[in-house]
Amino acid sequence: MEIEWVWGLLGGALIGSAAAVFLLVNGRIMGASGVIGGLIDGTGRHQSTERLALLAGLVIVPALIALAMGGAETHLTGNMAVLVIAGLLVGVGTRMANGCTSGHGVCGISRLSLRGIVATLFYIGAGAVTMLLARHIWGLI
Amino acid sequence: MRAIVAFIVGGLFGAGLLLSGMTDTTKVQGWLDIFGDWDPTLAFVMGGAIIPMAIAWRFTQARTPVLGGTFPTPPDPKISANLAVGSIFFGMGWALSGLCPGPAVASLSFGGIGGIVFLIAMVAGMVVAPRAKGYLDGAAQAA
Repeated sequence: MEIEWVWGLLGGALIGSAAAVFLLVNGRIMGASGVIGGLIDGTGRHQSTERLALLAGLVIVPALIALAMGGAETHLTGNMAVLVIAGLLVGVGTRMANGCTSGHGVCGISRLSLRGIVATLFYIGAGAVTMLLARHIWGLI
Repeated sequence: MRAIVAFIVGGLFGAGLLLSGMTDTTKVQGWLDIFGDWDPTLAFVMGGAIIPMAIAWRFTQARTPVLGGTFPTPPDPKISANLAVGSIFFGMGWALSGLCPGPAVASLSFGGIGGIVFLIAMVAGMVVAPRAKGYLDGAAQAA
């Protein structure tokens, strides 16, 4: 446990540094749902190379680190119905709200954006209520 | 050049997600499990990420990005129905799976079939999102 928050802080600093480089060098917001969503609905067509390159790095580097560490574990549920419903909710929700944990959470809160702070309170609140219902009341997950 | 920087940014982002434990769904679900065995790791990740980014925002004042163009302008501060409802939907899916969009992509190589199923469903959700968004905007205008 003690070591886990150190890794959390270090990993977090890497995420924030990545977002800082993307902002200062490319002038862009590092929001995962925005980068993917812009490719899907065509709103980011003019920067598609940049978006695809970011996603390539986001897949390849963790793959290499996981390989070097002898594997990584997501502990993802095997319940496919839950995964489909969760994926749909995350996809629709992040695009309606124009951001997710990286865009609203990291990039929004750091500039004291009211929208980022409100979005983060809403998704953490909804997540905590869902967890209470789905895990402790319905025993679903 | 922009693509090379973007690739490095994506790589740093992915490394940070993996090392901080955010690709492990038990840690994310543990953070949301306030009434169970609560795991505070995510708060350290968020804090660690917000600090360099807050410094970066300071550097954007009266400057332009290194590779040209302009910095993103502050968004419309209005709290729309889409922001609230979308974030609630996202939070529900986030809790059910323990995945948000960044880690869902970062764990593609080791997330197994379940990770791929989640990603496909997420992309499908993003395809229909503009319609849901337009519907809520229309409802807000009619009200």
